[in-house]
Amino acid sequence: MPAPMILLNHVSKVYANGTVALQDMSLAIPEGQFVSLVGPSGCGKSTVLRLIAGLGQLTSGSIEWGGHCQQNLPSRPVEPKLAFVFQEPALLPWATVMENVRLPLKLAGEPREKAEPKVLQALRQVGLQGFEHSFPRELSGGMRMRVSIARALVTQPQVLLMDEPFGALDEITRSKLNSELLELWQEQRWTVVFVTHNIYEAVYLSNRVVVMAARPGRVVADIPIDAPYPRSEDFRTSPLYNDYCREVAARLREAMGNTPQEPYLPPLSVGRLR
Amino acid sequence: MVDLLVFLFQFLDRRLGSLPVLPEHWSWHGSTGALGGGVKERPRPGPRSEAEVAGSGLPTSPQRLDLGRWLNPDVMAPGIVGLLFLGLWEVAVRLTGVPPYLLPGPVLVARTLVKEWGSLFPSLLVTLQVTVVAFLLAAISGLLLAVLFSQSKWIERSLFPYAVVLQTTPIVSIAPLIIIWLRNNTFAAMVVCAWIVAFFPILSNTTLGLNSVDHNLLNLFQLYKANRWQTLIYLRLPSALPYFLGGLRISGGLSLIGAVVAEFVAGSGGERAGIAYQILISSFNLQVPRMFAALVLLTGLGILIFVALSALSDKILGHWHESVVRREN
Repeated sequence: MPAPMILLNHVSKVYANGTVALQDMSLAIPEGQFVSLVGPSGCGKSTVLRLIAGLGQLTSGSIEWGGHCQQNLPSRPVEPKLAFVFQEPALLPWATVMENVRLPLKLAGEPREKAEPKVLQALRQVGLQGFEHSFPRELSGGMRMRVSIARALVTQPQVLLMDEPFGALDEITRSKLNSELLELWQEQRWTVVFVTHNIYEAVYLSNRVVVMAARPGRVVADIPIDAPYPRSEDFRTSPLYNDYCREVAARLREAMGNTPQEPYLPPLSVGRLR
Repeated sequence: MVDLLVFLFQFLDRRLGSLPVLPEHWSWHGSTGALGGGVKERPRPGPRSEAEVAGSGLPTSPQRLDLGRWLNPDVMAPGIVGLLFLGLWEVAVRLTGVPPYLLPGPVLVARTLVKEWGSLFPSLLVTLQVTVVAFLLAAISGLLLAVLFSQSKWIERSLFPYAVVLQTTPIVSIAPLIIIWLRNNTFAAMVVCAWIVAFFPILSNTTLGLNSVDHNLLNLFQLYKANRWQTLIYLRLPSALPYFLGGLRISGGLSLIGAVVAEFVAGSGGERAGIAYQILISSFNLQVPRMFAALVLLTGLGILIFVALSALSDKILGHWHESVVRREN
C-alpha cells in the first residue's frame, strides 16, 4: 500500500488563549481521495485545514506528505502543490476576474504570456468564459465562488483544501456547484479535503466522511461512502444516499451529545428542490 | 422633489424679470420678490449661471442639453440655499444700513472682487503654490512613512507618537519658530508649516489602510508564498488606496489652511505676498469689502481643491470600491 498523500500524526493545536482547537487527531488521506470533515462549529475542522495548508503552527504532532515528515517548522517546504478555497471568495476587489485567477501564477513569478492560457483554461473549467474582464462586484455570489475555485485550479494543484466553500450560497447554487465540482474531480483526481457543516453535501461529494466533535476538537467517526462515481442527481434521492445521511447525522448527534429523540435531521432539502 | 425645485426656480426666474429694481419700501412679506431682486443684481458670469437659467424654463436656449445636469437636486438644493442666503444678506444690509466697513453686501463684495482682481489673483496664485508643494510633500512623505510603519511594528511603535505630537501642536504656535529658522527662504518656511498640518491625516489614514487588509487575502498570499514586496505591492497598497485617497481629501484643505496660517504669522509682503497677507493688509486699512473678496477667492480655492481631489478619488476607485459604486437597492 502506498504512503498516504496526507498523514496527520497525533496533531494537536492549542491557541494562545488556551482553547484546545484540536486534540490528538490522526488521519491518513490516500492520494485522490475526496474526504469531507463534518462537525459542529468549534470542532476544529477549519483548523485542520489551515494546519494542512501551513497557515499556523502545530502545538504537537506532525503532518507528513506522501511519507516525507515535516515537523513543526514555521514555514514547511510543502511537497505537493496545495490550493485553498476559503468560505468567502476572498477576491481582490480592484482586479478583474482574469487578474484574480492569475494571482497565484503572478506570485510564483510566471510571465503573463505563459500564465494566460492556464488562466483561460481554469476559467473554462468553472464555466466562466466571457467574464474575464468583469470585476468581482459585478458577479453574483455563486460566480465569485467560481472565480475563487478557478484561482485554486490554475496552479494545477495535487491537493485541494476547501473550507466550507459553498456555505454562504443558496441551496440551488450550492447543489449545482457540487455537481460541477464532482465532475472536475473525476477528471483531475486531486486529493480533496472538504470542510462543511452540511451532511448532504458531504455524503454526495465524498469517498469518506470524517465526523468531528467540539471541545476539544477530535474525530468521532470515519465513515466510508461506498457509492460509485459518477454520482448523478438520482443518487441524491436514492435509499443508499439517504441511509448514509442518516448515519452521518446519527454520529453527529452522538458527538454533540443530543438525545436521539431530538430531531436533528430535517427533511431532505434536496427533495424539496424538486 | 425635483418638480418642486423646478417650480421654485421658474417662479424665481419670473419674478426676477419683473422686478428690476429693489424698492425702498420692500418688507418681509414680499421676501420672495426681494430675493428675486437680490438674485437679479448679483453678477452672474460663467457657464454655470447660464445653465441654471436654461434649466429654469427657457426651452429655446441652446444650453438645453445641460438641463439634466443642472436640474440635479445635488446642484439645485445647495444652489437655491446659497442664492436665498445671498439675497437675504443683501436685503438685510440695505434695510439696516450697516456701513460697508462693518458688513458689505454680496453685491459690493462682487464689485470689489472684480475691481481688485489684479492685486488679489496673483496673491492667490502664490498661496496656491505653497499649498500645492506642501500637499505633494505631505502626500509623498505620509505614504512613504506609512509603508515603513507597515513593514515594521517597531518603527511604527517608535515613531508614530511623534507624528501625533507634531499633529497636536498648534501650527500657529510653532509657525513663528519655523519662520525664524528659515528666515532666508520664506517660501520654504510656508511650505514647512503647511506640510506639518497636512501630512498627518495621510500618514494616519494610509497606516490604517495598510493594516486593514482582508485576513483571508493575507492567508492566500502566505499560502502562495508571496514575499514581503509582493504582499505590499499586490495586496497592501491597493487595499490602502481608498484610505490614502480619503487622507488626500482631508489634507488638500488642510494644506491650504496651513499655508494661510503661515502667511498670517510671517506677514511678509512684496511681490510674493499671498492671499492671507492681502486679507491682513485690508483689515489694517479697514477695507472690509476687499477682505471679503479675498475670502471669497480663498474659499473658492478650497472648494476647488476638495472637488478636484474627490473627482480624482472617484475616478481611481470607480469600478471597485463600495464608497463609489452605485447600488440599485
